[in-house]
Amino acid sequence: MASEFRVTLRSPDLSVGVATAMKAVFLRDVKTAFRQPQDLLNPLLFFVMVVTLFPLGVSPEVSFLQQAGSGILWVAALLSVLLSLDHLYRHDFDDGTLEQLVLQPQPLFLLVLAKSLAHWVLTGLPLVLLTPVLGVMVHLEGNSVAVLCLTLLIGTPVLSLIGSIGAALTLGLRSAGVLLSLLIIPLYIPVLIFGTGTVMAASEGAPVAGQLALMGAFLVLALTLAPFASAAALRISLSNS
Amino acid sequence: MSEPLLQAVNLECERDDRILFRNLSFSILPGTLTRVEGPNGSGKTTLLRILAGLNDSYSGDLLWRGKHRHGYREEFLRNMLYLGHRPGIKPLLTPMENLRALMAGRRSLSDKVLWQALEGTGLDGFQTVPCRNLSAGQQRRVALARLLIADEPLWILDEVFTAIDIHGVAALERLLAERVDNGGAIIVTTHHELRLPSMQRITLGGGDDYGL
Amino acid sequence: MWQIFHKLGSPKWFFGIASTLMPWLLWAGVAMLAVGIGWGLAFAPQDYLQGNSYRIIFIHVPSAFLAQSVYIMMAVAGLVTLVWRMKLADVFVKSVAPVGAVLTFLALFTGAVWGKPTWGTWWIWDARLTSMLILLFLYFGVIALGAAISDEKSSARAVAVLVLVGVVNIPIIKYSVEWWNTLHQPATFKLTEKPSMPPEMWVPLLLSVLGLYLIFGWLACLRMQTEILAREGRTRWVKELVQAQGN
Repeated sequence: MASEFRVTLRSPDLSVGVATAMKAVFLRDVKTAFRQPQDLLNPLLFFVMVVTLFPLGVSPEVSFLQQAGSGILWVAALLSVLLSLDHLYRHDFDDGTLEQLVLQPQPLFLLVLAKSLAHWVLTGLPLVLLTPVLGVMVHLEGNSVAVLCLTLLIGTPVLSLIGSIGAALTLGLRSAGVLLSLLIIPLYIPVLIFGTGTVMAASEGAPVAGQLALMGAFLVLALTLAPFASAAALRISLSNS
Repeated sequence: MSEPLLQAVNLECERDDRILFRNLSFSILPGTLTRVEGPNGSGKTTLLRILAGLNDSYSGDLLWRGKHRHGYREEFLRNMLYLGHRPGIKPLLTPMENLRALMAGRRSLSDKVLWQALEGTGLDGFQTVPCRNLSAGQQRRVALARLLIADEPLWILDEVFTAIDIHGVAALERLLAERVDNGGAIIVTTHHELRLPSMQRITLGGGDDYGL
Repeated sequence: MWQIFHKLGSPKWFFGIASTLMPWLLWAGVAMLAVGIGWGLAFAPQDYLQGNSYRIIFIHVPSAFLAQSVYIMMAVAGLVTLVWRMKLADVFVKSVAPVGAVLTFLALFTGAVWGKPTWGTWWIWDARLTSMLILLFLYFGVIALGAAISDEKSSARAVAVLVLVGVVNIPIIKYSVEWWNTLHQPATFKLTEKPSMPPEMWVPLLLSVLGLYLIFGWLACLRMQTEILAREGRTRWVKELVQAQGN
């Protein structure tokens, strides 16, 4: 081993850009996920199976499914995201990449944002893409399916962002999974209400632009606030380890 | 010789109702190697994590180049490299991908430089093998490859010699010595007997009887 | 100024102040609550719509009111924990979270009891009751997280983050639940919506709200003292205090 450089203090501006660092974080997560495709598939399978339970457990009647379908799909998507959250930081915590992430000179909340976005691309987005198929299976009409996909498209990133806070807070704790659900489910309620409410309004022929805009506002709020809370929570959890 | 990079003033840390250390003060000068010693459970890793800025449940002051570290987070992190117990290596990625990801936030280096760094740590031929197929020692070497391309003036290394074979240890010792000669500051913990000249030692006592 | 602030954060100083305050809080609180509830139950006029069953508001409203303010107080204390690392703020959060949960439960329970004669069913997905239920979940989350983290400092800060995240969400939850409610069952008449409550009704209500606040203050002091003793058991002043009590 040999080193070939002189030791000098590094000036702060002569640095790698924040965008580069965020991209690297994002790409690493995506790459890691694709090396283990089963982990990508599991939340999707879970989503499909939970939806299947309702016709079997409650009623396969078209009228019931039409009425409850959007709610069923939303709840199943929510649970599916919830299930995948436990992994968000756990592997990084175990193998030490999380320590290195926190020690990167870039603002931690931006790196956390990159990780949350990767999580959404890997779990939320596939759920949205699968929704039309399941929408047909629960006899939703075309218009309702479209609005449902739209609400999930706006809503699932919020689930990832808020979930990231819970995942960071429960990092390294015993029975973190159940605790995580306890902390996060109440915070998911507004998104769920507006997600399903919008689809319901659409199926009754009411205009939904206002509600979609409101969900967009939720997303903006989550994008701006959640990464800060997640970053703070990560520091606390690492401090404890 | 020059101003200290990092200064600790009256550090105190309590963990689970046990005082690990108190009234701990020292300076880390450029071109010095500091070894943190003490029995298991005496708080060596905790101290290193505090110095690196990972653990902030301490009281006392930490000064970065004479100023309180709080206000200089970015500057401090740009000039500090920390390697912990956990190597920071993703088992599913290859050494090249891992190294690229670890360096991405710090320096933009060409793939050629990264490749050579991995060669330099004895991982030639393994650059594109997923890390989970490598041995524990080889995985640590991936992390150590960072030392070959790191230009941070302050290194904080926690048990770097773990799982490294004899030749690797000798090479690493040479690297550290050379680094110190070039003006780098290094803080290490190790159970290994270091053959390095002019070491500053910080000795941590064991548990309750310390300072109470 | 800083000295006062530091003093405020000192558990020992708080312990002394709390001891002098507590009897006042307790007796004033009990007196006000007794007058408020006694007046409300026995002397206030009947409601022209609901008859006597409305009288449960003299318990329901104060507990619902306090349940929400306790969460906000916890959020303020959480902010203090994060910004100034004041130990006492965390002692407060940990001590009052279960109290807040009990108050929320009481509000839900009295709401259900009230619902029986009013709507003919124990539970109705009314906006207010649903919000209270979610508030109860938030309290459970805070208590569970606090219990799960063994390290005192980390636990304090993690709980503080959670409480702050919760407090940002409370208005959003309230708003969305109200919207949801209008979507599903428009124009049921709401709990506690009394546009023109006569003074014979609202004065006792106000008294019982204030009384419950004072009793909460007493209970918070008591629980904080207990928590402080448990945490500071190793320090000299606690040992001296215990010895003095023992003699």
